[in-house]
Amino acid sequence: MTLKPNEKLRVEEILKDLEHYRPRRRGWSWRKALPKATKVGHFEYDQISEPLKNSVPLPAAHYFGNIDPQPDPVITSEIASGRFEDDIRRMRMAAWHGADHIMVIRTLGQSHMDGLIEGTPEGIGGIPITRKQLRATRKALDIIEDEVGRPINFHSYVSGVAGPEIAVLFAEEGVNGAHQDPQYNVLYRGINPIRSFVDAAVAKRIMAWANILQIDGAHNANASAKMAWKVMPELLVQHAINCAFSVKAGMKKENIALSTVPPVVSPAPEFKMNFIYALTVRELFKDYKFRAQMNTRYIESDLFDATRIHVLDTLISRLTKADLQSTITPDEGRNVPWHINSIRGVETAKHTLLALDGIKDLLKVNEEVVRPKIRELKMRAILFMEEMLEIGGYFEATERGFFVDNGYYPERMGDGIARPKDGGIGAGSVVARDPDYFAPVCEHFGYNNLPENLEKPCDLIGGCTFHNPEKIQFIDELDERDNVYLRMEKVIEEREEGLLAPEVEWWQDGWVQLDITIPDDEPHAEAAAIAIAKKLGLLEPTVISKTTLHPSEGTYVELKAKIPFKVKRDELILPEKPKTLPEEEISEFVSKHPMKVVAGTAGNDEHSVGIREILDIKHGGIEKFGIKYTYLGTSIPPEKFIDAAIETGADAILVSTIITHNDVHVENMKKIHELAIEKGIRDRIILIAGGTQINNDLAVSCGMDAGFGRGTKGIHVASFLVKKKREMLK
Amino acid sequence: MAETRKDDFLQRSKHLQKMTDEELDRYFWELAERIVDPLIELSKTHTSPSIERSVLLRMGFNSLEAKAIVEKVFDLGLLGKGAGHVVYKVASELKKPILDTGKELASGKHWEIVERLFKGVKE
Repeated sequence: MTLKPNEKLRVEEILKDLEHYRPRRRGWSWRKALPKATKVGHFEYDQISEPLKNSVPLPAAHYFGNIDPQPDPVITSEIASGRFEDDIRRMRMAAWHGADHIMVIRTLGQSHMDGLIEGTPEGIGGIPITRKQLRATRKALDIIEDEVGRPINFHSYVSGVAGPEIAVLFAEEGVNGAHQDPQYNVLYRGINPIRSFVDAAVAKRIMAWANILQIDGAHNANASAKMAWKVMPELLVQHAINCAFSVKAGMKKENIALSTVPPVVSPAPEFKMNFIYALTVRELFKDYKFRAQMNTRYIESDLFDATRIHVLDTLISRLTKADLQSTITPDEGRNVPWHINSIRGVETAKHTLLALDGIKDLLKVNEEVVRPKIRELKMRAILFMEEMLEIGGYFEATERGFFVDNGYYPERMGDGIARPKDGGIGAGSVVARDPDYFAPVCEHFGYNNLPENLEKPCDLIGGCTFHNPEKIQFIDELDERDNVYLRMEKVIEEREEGLLAPEVEWWQDGWVQLDITIPDDEPHAEAAAIAIAKKLGLLEPTVISKTTLHPSEGTYVELKAKIPFKVKRDELILPEKPKTLPEEEISEFVSKHPMKVVAGTAGNDEHSVGIREILDIKHGGIEKFGIKYTYLGTSIPPEKFIDAAIETGADAILVSTIITHNDVHVENMKKIHELAIEKGIRDRIILIAGGTQINNDLAVSCGMDAGFGRGTKGIHVASFLVKKKREMLK
Repeated sequence: MAETRKDDFLQRSKHLQKMTDEELDRYFWELAERIVDPLIELSKTHTSPSIERSVLLRMGFNSLEAKAIVEKVFDLGLLGKGAGHVVYKVASELKKPILDTGKELASGKHWEIVERLFKGVKE
């Protein structure tokens, strides 16, 4: 199966013959870094990787020849809406924007499920991880990675009370990365501490065989503590426990990534803490990989604030080191992330990483200032571990609430999370292996009383699924009323009927967002926004964010609501694309009939970038075809355009107008048209207007011969000039 | 239960202050290893229902079969023998393929053989 950029990914095709699909590889893929000073477009980059075949570049790329350099760290996008079939489409969007690590959050409660889920039930706030869902997603990612031309890492969670089974599933189904940290289960999932560690060793050994990149869970202390900047010593301890435990369970250090988050955000003086912490953790764990996560602890519902936080978090990544740059969608504080915000998160990371390319060569860390602070942080972590050992070890420390205490250790506030050794989910389920215990499978951690002289353990049973994947059993669906086939029926029907509706998360879910500023206080603004939405006929209006502009002068409200209708794709009228003439034809015409134009920006408008691009040869402007121009400059009054045209004997006037305040653009166009009539030149001069808010219909209604909007190139204008001139010559 | 304490870092860290950076790093890792060593030992010598289900999955059983078998093994107090071991031994006894035997065990058959083989209970 191959994808074409102009065709939708058909999930029903993915589901076909799924029971026979095998993943094409095991293990993690890093980006392939390019040498320092690699040239892309006009620029040299020091920290980029191989380019993509198909991609969407950053918004400003068209000023630089549409370059889309790919920074060297892997970039993560967390995608999990509850329906994997819709997530797959978002994964394709994210991959085009530069994500190559797709992290799938699990549905609420899966970590407490003692066993595996099968089929494709709908999830809440995430996806029920099942073999079918994994296989379908991996299959889709395989074709998406072919489309963009870069391996895509697929990731989920090996936690909860079914860790070892999930690890087997991931190893069999080609999952490339996973969270695994027994401390996470203990502290945040209330799972029995003994069960957590015993299960983790087996899970880690399986992950090690499959070369799955492990991400730990220490950053959750940061997300859970009230005063996240105070848990820095403990974070170092949690990272160390999981790293040391993983290595002893058989993992390679290069497959272990620390999940690290800058602990605090502005208005705190964040860099004094975040930067020191980032330096310390990277120094202590220099043999390991770093997954730099963006801060979620302090995200509110404001998208811009979240984005500011994330830019600065990514600055920390570049000032220190990040092998993976994770992204948080800026809307995480208000809803299950929407498509657009997954993309914004990836763009924020790509933008910041590229902006800071080579920054470490420009700056030097002031050792004198940072060294004592780094040492202090290390010592605090060491003291933490000394005390843990003093009182008896990990389980005793957890029992006594050492972790997620809001004191800056050795300070203790006494508010840590305490978990008894013999309590929690799964307590009492761990048993000692008897002397005759055995497991006839490979990659099994721990005591295994296998018969002697076996080449590999699974020879006893004619091979395990790791060596004989054809032994893997595929279960399709267990629930007749909750599965992807039923959900897809509606999708296929609507797609075939050609119905279109808005979508933020699930297929044409109907959600739209309204941005409303009401000149009143917050309670009235919120109530007014909802009343307005209802009056517009929108359903389920819900305010998702509010910003006080002033306690009484105004409130900015963002509101989501559902649209109660769909539109027909076939009945849409699309604006006609301007047809261009072949370049040679334009040049030939101009050489026979030399043309001159005068050009400038109208009124009080200093925005000259657009018009220069339409004119200048170096941007492919009309000059390229031999058309001569007189550039009048910026903020040109209508009279001056007309006078200059008469003076130079111009064939056309090119008016650029960006500012639309009080419809000044409309007035200017009308004025120029009227003046041309007054001066008696209208029938022999071509009038053209251009600008971001201009379109052909608007310009023509204001007396122009043509109007050009966003994305116009010199050839569009030149083609029109030639066609119009031909008509006039007839 | 959880105690409170004022920050006594200066006092408490006296023995660390003279260490070089390298010594601090080395000591940090030494302590981490001392914390995890008993956890690793515990993991080597113990098992759990999920671990045993993971063994059965690797043997080629599906999740429903694995769950049914492990539940019964656990109830009989035989998890310490290994669920894979149980299936293997019954299959050898019956001279039947492992997968067929396991499926039959999952559907409730042959448990009297299990009790005989592992607990010496007469059928």
